[in-house]
Amino acid sequence: MVVIDLETEDGQREAMRRMLTIRAFDSKAGELFGDGELPGFVHLYIGEEAVGVGACAALEDDDYITSTHRGHGHCIAKGLDPEEMMAELYGKADGYCNGKGGSMHIADVDAGMLGANGIVGAGPPLATGAALTSQYNDEGTVALAFFGDGAVAQGQIHEAINIAATWDLPAVFLVENNQFGEGTPVEKQHNVQNLSETAEAYNIPGFTVDGMDVTAVYEAVREARKRAADGEGPTFIEAETYRYRGHFEGDQQPYRTDEDVAIWQDRDAIESFKGRLVEAGTLTESEFDEMEATARDEIEAAAAKAKEADYPDPSEAYDDMFNQTVPEISAFADRMRTDGGEDR
Amino acid sequence: MSTDTAAGSGPADTEEMTVREAIRLAMREELEQDDDVFVVGEDVGEFGGVFEVTSGLVDDFGEDRIRDTPISEAGFMGAAVGAAATGTRPVVEIMFADFLGVCAEQIINQMAKNRYMFGGKTEMPVTVRTTEGGGMGAASQHSGTLHTWFAHFPGVMAVAPGSPASAKGLLKTAIRSDDPVFVFENKMMYEQTGEVPLDENFTIPLGEASVEREGEDVTVVATQRMVGESLELAEELAGETSVEVIDLQSLYPLDTDTLVESVNKTGRLVVADESPLSYGTHAEVASRVMENAFYSLDAPIQRVGVADVHIPFSPALEDEVLPHGDDVKAAIDRIV
Ligand SMILES: Cc1ncc(C[n+]2csc(CCOP(=O)(O)OP(=O)(O)O)c2C)c(N)n1
Repeated sequence: MVVIDLETEDGQREAMRRMLTIRAFDSKAGELFGDGELPGFVHLYIGEEAVGVGACAALEDDDYITSTHRGHGHCIAKGLDPEEMMAELYGKADGYCNGKGGSMHIADVDAGMLGANGIVGAGPPLATGAALTSQYNDEGTVALAFFGDGAVAQGQIHEAINIAATWDLPAVFLVENNQFGEGTPVEKQHNVQNLSETAEAYNIPGFTVDGMDVTAVYEAVREARKRAADGEGPTFIEAETYRYRGHFEGDQQPYRTDEDVAIWQDRDAIESFKGRLVEAGTLTESEFDEMEATARDEIEAAAAKAKEADYPDPSEAYDDMFNQTVPEISAFADRMRTDGGEDR
Repeated sequence: MSTDTAAGSGPADTEEMTVREAIRLAMREELEQDDDVFVVGEDVGEFGGVFEVTSGLVDDFGEDRIRDTPISEAGFMGAAVGAAATGTRPVVEIMFADFLGVCAEQIINQMAKNRYMFGGKTEMPVTVRTTEGGGMGAASQHSGTLHTWFAHFPGVMAVAPGSPASAKGLLKTAIRSDDPVFVFENKMMYEQTGEVPLDENFTIPLGEASVEREGEDVTVVATQRMVGESLELAEELAGETSVEVIDLQSLYPLDTDTLVESVNKTGRLVVADESPLSYGTHAEVASRVMENAFYSLDAPIQRVGVADVHIPFSPALEDEVLPHGDDVKAAIDRIV
């Protein structure tokens, strides 16, 4: 079963709904962060929605993805629940990671989401490993790694691609070229014209696609997925996109102007997809408006609920380290409970 | 030695073998018992591993399960982490512990942290086998003893066998564990022989030390090669000084109870471990004993290890820096 079949009208509407949900989620996350509501850092995906949604639409339900520090969009695209995500951003007990991960570490292994990741370039080896499990057990599933243009300069992604290529693993490597690694433009970080040229070194197919076009991303990943599932090994895809917001919320962005951003916003993924759907008669303007309002309401409700939710009990700080119990931690936790005089 | 044996097979079912054979047997048994287990690393297949620990396994289990990798520690360590998170049980060989730094990212930020960061949403049944220690003129980049680093870092377990039996029992436990476990093998011990239980379910729980020889006057807590050297020394000193020798076996978790019980009896402690002396394994053992058996101590705790230098190449220099039985003897003489 395909998560979203972009060839059907229902699938197209669902893709639109997910893109709108991502935008609403990250707009709200930015607002909450600005209001001092959220601890930590948040890195927003606004502008890049077509990449996550197009790619995940091309995957099957039990395929795996690995993500980045900018992972909210990937989570929603993979079908994770925005309410639990919002709770995690707040550090609340019913967040995806029970408040232990936060924005940069949302994971749901059962849903095929192997974790957002605070380390640039660390995801591709994990995807190679998930692909190895699939090949080893003949599961027919595929693992897709999302990573940024900055991450392409990290050695471990090249090791991961080389291993996946050498072993014909069912993996897809998808670089989201949003033109910057923090504040440094992509041209200053790489000496190749297109990052997809990287594929040549591994003798695997490499494409550059328009990352503002959800259909283009979908089609490229669909083909790569098929290749992977057929045992023909990995594909390297570069999706050219743009992040509208700063690297993190609060970034002063000395490296670009509002005009630079406006050029890309003219090609906005949601607007252009909407234009096409309206023209094809799949969606009316008012249906779109309703969809957008629904997404916003859903996220507002999620945020309100997360704000009111409980924090984890402090004693949970000592849980989840290992599957087995180790006295080093349990004895400490027990002593704390006794010394603190509190009955937890 | 505490064992976890299936009913019916008594302790008599042992066979003399080398540490290398014991480790290979442990892998063979676990590969046979569980299809999810596979071995991955540089030259582990036909080549058999640089210390020939995996030799022959590929003939029986095939290249899918005894899997040669490109020379990419970060890549295949990361792949093992991803594979473990998705339902398989990789046993990774890192040729020399000194190379662990090359893949430290995948260990420190992924393997060790994922379970916790994800709120317990994933398991990490990965075993890392690697070889440590000086003694063969391999110089600084191939002789280090780094286990303190990993025993210290939260989120991974670390063991260091001191005999062929513990090499087998600890590795089997590591492979069966749903947590990440590092097995630090001392390269000078591969030829060391001893009786090893043949029971396929013989395992040694993590966090259990083994009293290898009982004594009354002084406790020597040793790891790896120092276990054998301390046992020899204890034999030499018999009749003069009664030395209790404990193989620490498990660095994290660590068996505080056995250490404390022993020091409560002997009142004296020497810690012998081939790692740098500062901030290390020795210090942890000493602290546990101080916290729990301070009033039993009749003399200051002594540490035997490597001065905070790297392992040099020349035999004359290497022999100088490595700890031996006579260093343990000197430490005992200082306090008994
Ligand atoms: C190993 C590592 N180095 C540096 C950082 C700090 N850092 C976080 S995100 C980032 C930029 C990443 O750029 P890119 O991969 O292009 O992803 P994008 O932010 O554009 O989505 C940097 C340098 C980090 N988290 N990890």
